[in-house]
Amino acid sequence: MIGDLLTGYGFWNPLVWIAVMVTGLLIAWLIWRCGESDYDKGTEQTKPYLSGNDEPEKGAVHIRGGNMYWGFTHALKGYYDKLIPLHSGVVNDYLAWFLIGVIVIFVVVIMV
Amino acid sequence: MIANLPFIAVALLIGIALATILLKKNMIKMVMGLAMLEGAVNLFLVTLGYRENGIAPIFTNAPEGADMVLPTVQALTLTNIVIGVATTALMLVLVMVIYKKYGTVDADKMRRLKE
Amino acid sequence: MNVLFDNLPALLIAVPLFCAFLLPIIGRFLPQIRDAWIICASFAASLIAVITAFTVYTKGTIVYAFGAAAGSPAAPIDSGGIPFRIIFTIDGFGAFMLLSAAIVSFAVVLYLVSSQKERSGKSEFYALYLLLTAGIFGMVSTGDMFNFFVFLEINSLAGAALVSYHRRGGIAAEGALKYLIVNTVGGLMVLFSIGLLYAQYNSLNMAVIASQMTLSTLNIIALVLFITALAMKAGSVPFHFATPDAYSVAPSGITAVMIVASQAGLYGLFRILFTLYGDTFNTVTLGWIIIVLGVLSMVIGVTMAIPQKDVKRLLAYHAVSQTGYMLLGVGVALAVLGDPVAMASYGQTAMEGGLFHIINHAMYKGLLFLAVGAVIYRTGVWSLNKMGGLGHNMKWTMIFFLIGALAIAGIPPFNGFASKLMIYESVFAFNPALSIIAMVVSILTLASFMKVFHSMFMGPQLPEYAEVKEVPKLMIAGMVILTIFVIGFGLFPDLVVNNLVAPAGDALINKGAYITAVLGGGL
Repeated sequence: MIGDLLTGYGFWNPLVWIAVMVTGLLIAWLIWRCGESDYDKGTEQTKPYLSGNDEPEKGAVHIRGGNMYWGFTHALKGYYDKLIPLHSGVVNDYLAWFLIGVIVIFVVVIMV
Repeated sequence: MIANLPFIAVALLIGIALATILLKKNMIKMVMGLAMLEGAVNLFLVTLGYRENGIAPIFTNAPEGADMVLPTVQALTLTNIVIGVATTALMLVLVMVIYKKYGTVDADKMRRLKE
Repeated sequence: MNVLFDNLPALLIAVPLFCAFLLPIIGRFLPQIRDAWIICASFAASLIAVITAFTVYTKGTIVYAFGAAAGSPAAPIDSGGIPFRIIFTIDGFGAFMLLSAAIVSFAVVLYLVSSQKERSGKSEFYALYLLLTAGIFGMVSTGDMFNFFVFLEINSLAGAALVSYHRRGGIAAEGALKYLIVNTVGGLMVLFSIGLLYAQYNSLNMAVIASQMTLSTLNIIALVLFITALAMKAGSVPFHFATPDAYSVAPSGITAVMIVASQAGLYGLFRILFTLYGDTFNTVTLGWIIIVLGVLSMVIGVTMAIPQKDVKRLLAYHAVSQTGYMLLGVGVALAVLGDPVAMASYGQTAMEGGLFHIINHAMYKGLLFLAVGAVIYRTGVWSLNKMGGLGHNMKWTMIFFLIGALAIAGIPPFNGFASKLMIYESVFAFNPALSIIAMVVSILTLASFMKVFHSMFMGPQLPEYAEVKEVPKLMIAGMVILTIFVIGFGLFPDLVVNNLVAPAGDALINKGAYITAVLGGGL
C-alpha cells in the first residue's frame, strides 16, 4: 500500500520513516519508564531551579515573538536596511515595480 | 498613416494613464488614471475590428458584397466596459471608506500596512 | 441522470452562481436556513468538481461546447474547422487544480460558518464566496482566452470585496484597495495581450491560437505582458507587494481560499507558457526567467517573513516564498523542454515536483491560516508580541498548527517533504546552486515557524489568556479535512504522483495532445 516515490535519483518510502520513528519512540519510552515515580506534587520538588533565585512572574518569563531572531536580523542589517524600505506601502511604487518588471523581461527576451 | 491614427491614440492614452497612475498620489486621481487605462484598452479592442469601408455587422437587408466590421471585438469591449464599471465602483467605495476612517486620500499617508 | 453527467462542466459554474444569487433572498426571508444552504451549496459545487476531475482522469480530456448538442465536436463540420462556441477544455492539469480548489473551498466553508456567526452582512459575504468559488472553477476549466479574462476579473473583484469585509478601522479597506488596483492593472494587460493575439489569428480559442502560433514581435510583447500579469496574480517577486497587504487583513478563511485563487493565476501562466506558446520560442531563456523569478520569490519571501510581528503577514510572506518553489520546479522543466534526454531524466520529475507542490501548498497553507484564524478568533490579538502560552488552553489548534508548520518546512512524513524532495533532486541535476538556495530557504522557513509556534503556543499560561477556550467544533472539522489530506498525501506520495500529478505534467508537456483533443485529429 505504501509504495516508493521514485525521484529519478533515489527513492523515498514513508514506511522507512515510520519504522524508524516507532523504534525511536520505543527507546524513549523505555528510558522514561526508568525514572523516579515517587515525588510530591506542589511542593519544592516540582518548582524550576534557578540557582536559588525567585521564579519571575509568568508574563516576564515568556520571550515575545518580535525579539526572537534578533541576532539574525542584526547580522543581516545591511540587507534588511535596503529591503524593508522597498516594501513601502505606497501603491504607486507597486505599479512602478510592475512596469520595471515588464521592461526588464522584454529586454531579456529580445536580447538573448 | 490615417489608418494608424487610432493606434497612435491608444499608445498616447496608455502613456498618459500610466503616468497618472505612477505619479499622482491622490487616490481619486489614481482611480481616474485606471479608468483612462481601461478606456485605452477598449479603444484598442474596437479598432482591431475595423475594416476599411465596412458596414455594421447586421445580416438583415445588408447590401451585397459589402465588408462588415468584426462583431466579436465589440462583444469583448462591452464585457470589458461592464467589468470596468464594477471595478471602478468597488474602488471608489473603498476610497470612501478609507477617507472616512483615515481622514486622508493621500497615498503617502495611508501607509499603515507597510514592510 | 445522463443529462447531468453530459453537462458536468456547465454545472461546475452554474451551481455556485445560482446558489450565490439566491443567497440574499434567503437571507432576507428565511435566515434560519442560510448556514445550511451555504454548506449544501459548497458541498454540491465541490462534489461536481471532484466528479469532473475523476471523469477526466479515467476518460481523458473533456471538451464541452456551450450550447451545442451533447457529443458534438467543438469544431462543427460545416464551419471549416473553426470552433465558434465558447468551450471548456478540462485536461489533466485542469482536473488537478479543480481537485485542490474543491477540497479547500469546502473545508473553509465549514470554518467560516462558525467563525462568522456573530457578524453582520452574512448573506452578501457567502454570496461573494460562492462567486469566488465559481471564478476559480471557471478559470481552470476554460479553453477560451477571453473567458479566462472574465473569470480572472471575477476572481479579483470577489476577492477584493471579501478581503475588505471586516473593516477594523479602515485597514482592511486599505489592503483591499491596493490588491484591487494592482490586479486591475494586471487584468487590463492580459486583455491587451488577448487583443493582440486576436488581431493576428482571428480566434479566441486557445487550441486554434496554439496551433498557429509563430514567433513575432507582437507575440513576444503579448507573452511578456501575460507572464508579468499572471506572475503578479500568483504573488511572485517583484510583483508581490500587494499580496501580504491583502492577505494579512482578510478574514482568515478567506485568505485560505485566496491562496487557491492565486494558484489559479499560476495555472494560467503555465497554460500560456506550455500550451499556447510551447516550443515556438527559445525555451531556455524563458525557463531561466521563470527560474530567476522563482528564486527571488523564495529568498525575498522568507527573509521578509523572519522579522515580522504580525502573524498573518508572516504567513502571507511564506505564501510568496512557497510560490517560488513552484516556479522553480516548472521553470526547470520549461528550460529543458526542447531537450528530450534531459527531459526524461530530470525534467519530468521537476515538473511533477512543482505541480505536486501546488496542491500541497493549498492544503498546508490553508490549514495554517485556519489555525491562526482560530487563535485570533479567541484572543482578538494578531501581534506575536502579545501572545503566549496558548497551548495550555487550545490543544487541538496547537496540534493542527504543528502539523501545518512541519509540513511547510518539509519534514517527513508530511506532504511538503515529498514534493520538496522531488524539486531538490531534479533541480540539483540541472544546476546545483539553485538546489542549495532552495534548501537554505527551507531551513529558514523552519526557523520562522519555530518562532511562531513558540511565541504563540509554548511557555507558561499567561494571566490574560486564562479563560480562553477551544474553538467551536465546526472550525475544528474544517481543519480536520485539510489535515487528512496533509497526512494522507505524505504517507502515500507515490499513489498521488502516479495518478494525479503525472497526468497533469504530461498534459502540460504535450502541446499536441491539447490541440488534438479540441480540434480533432492532427495539427
